Amino acid sequence: MIGNLRLDFSPLALRVFQRHLTVFSRTWKTSVALNFFEPLLYLTALGIGLGVYVRPMEGLPYLNYLAPGLVAASAMFATTYECTYGTFVRFKYQKTFQAMVATPLSMDDVVLGEILWGTFKSFLYGTIILFVIFALGLVPSAWALLIPPVMILGGFLFALLSMLWTGLVPNIDSFHYFFSLIITPLFLFSGVFFPLSDLHPFLQMLAWASPLYHVVVLTRGLATGDVGVTLVYSTAWLVVVSAALLPLTVRLMRRLVIR
Amino acid sequence: MDVVVAARKLVKKYNGMEAVKGIDFTVRARECFGILGPNGAGKSSTINMLIGLSPVTAGELRVFGLDVRTAARQIKRRLGVVPQDNNLDTDLTVMQNLVVYASYFNIPRHTARTRGLELLKFFDLAAKSGEKVEHLSGGMKRRLTIARALINDPELVVLDEPTTGLDPQARHLVWQRLFRLKERGVTLILTTHYMEEAGQLCDRLVIMDRGTILDTGTPCDLVHRHIGTEVLELGRAAAEADTLLAAVGPLIRGYQVVGDDLVLYPRDGRALLGALQDRQHRFARLLLRPASLEDVFLKLTGRGFDG
Repeated sequence: MIGNLRLDFSPLALRVFQRHLTVFSRTWKTSVALNFFEPLLYLTALGIGLGVYVRPMEGLPYLNYLAPGLVAASAMFATTYECTYGTFVRFKYQKTFQAMVATPLSMDDVVLGEILWGTFKSFLYGTIILFVIFALGLVPSAWALLIPPVMILGGFLFALLSMLWTGLVPNIDSFHYFFSLIITPLFLFSGVFFPLSDLHPFLQMLAWASPLYHVVVLTRGLATGDVGVTLVYSTAWLVVVSAALLPLTVRLMRRLVIR
Repeated sequence: MDVVVAARKLVKKYNGMEAVKGIDFTVRARECFGILGPNGAGKSSTINMLIGLSPVTAGELRVFGLDVRTAARQIKRRLGVVPQDNNLDTDLTVMQNLVVYASYFNIPRHTARTRGLELLKFFDLAAKSGEKVEHLSGGMKRRLTIARALINDPELVVLDEPTTGLDPQARHLVWQRLFRLKERGVTLILTTHYMEEAGQLCDRLVIMDRGTILDTGTPCDLVHRHIGTEVLELGRAAAEADTLLAAVGPLIRGYQVVGDDLVLYPRDGRALLGALQDRQHRFARLLLRPASLEDVFLKLTGRGFDG
């Protein structure tokens, strides 16, 4: 039973976001430092280490090709961890949602607050890594100023996908499958590390269904200044899929608490 | 308006299983209303419908005259909730718990801090204001959960087993505070399976079992109606209940087998005691004591009781 079809959102959803921000304001230093470290490892090992042996890709030196892709991937990981493990711990162990729902907040508000928080994580970590690669001289175009909004768009969708899984399989062990079956393949086959144009057409079609692929297309296009109509398509893809998934995600999450 | 909560033919089903089977009850303003019952009686299901955690399956439930199905937000704005498990925010400090919770009611920060400080004083927690929640004792967490439920100055506070798992000192402290709340005119609804708690705090109560209400009344009424004024406990006398009952039949109003013991409801305690004098040595215990709510509870909810 998915229950009432109408979504019951109110501005109180922002209070949920603020609550997370209050908690984050105490832990952000370690959290940011950790999230900062991993993309830097990839950049060093693959971009600089492996990059020496790799031909330029789409006309770019490998390091320059890889860097914007890692911005998109870091954003994805930040949001997906938050909206699986983070959300689940709040729901199951801390009973935070149960406490919130006893106030004027609706469960839909709580879920929306979670989604907004997950979106913020993408925005924050994506933007930080963007600064890093900018400092390394890997962002030649001023179009890159549009990357933070792209992080919001992509983050929103990754928050939805993660919470869709959380709502569907509310079990801490299931997240292992989410990451190994969904997130890792997305990470590897969405154009972060190599262009998809040389792959089999079937795999290219699959890649087109990957949300990360569209975020990577946008991030790389804007970072390198290679802007064209493809970017509009990818933006539209992210918006349309998000709009379609929002009601489903909210209803699945709702039934965790409202029985 | 005198009636705060009104339930009519209220039903709750989970996947076809009926947890609440069409109950009726009314809670009046400024009273402390108890919902008593063994585990699985439907107490928490009833409470969860009241606080919007669980949709009503059938029947009607009105709080402050508003329908819980359509006016959940308006109702919750005026409600305080103390859930069965403390769901305090363990990521936050004691004061932050109150201020953040207040934000869910759109209460401004400075108002929340002032009110939070008053509440912490009221619950003897002022010294713990900056402490992390996980460092508090069980009793302190419970008091903080109650304090949190009062942050929006509610007209009605719903407490689901407020003292379960607390030691006697902590429990008495909670009772005293609840008593003071009642004196201030807050309406209270509490579920419990501690009869002493219900007897001390509740003006009126219902006894629930298997999703239905077995009886309603003041603690005193219920005791008099079902038991009388005294009971005589006969330790390990259950085995010879038939012989005993035949012998003292006219002297008692009723009886109840509680495990190995036989509990008699005498018409006149001393007369019954006299009649059993010569058999005294056969019982592990022979105790004449005032009847209590616990006797009513055992009588009404006791499994295998036939009379």
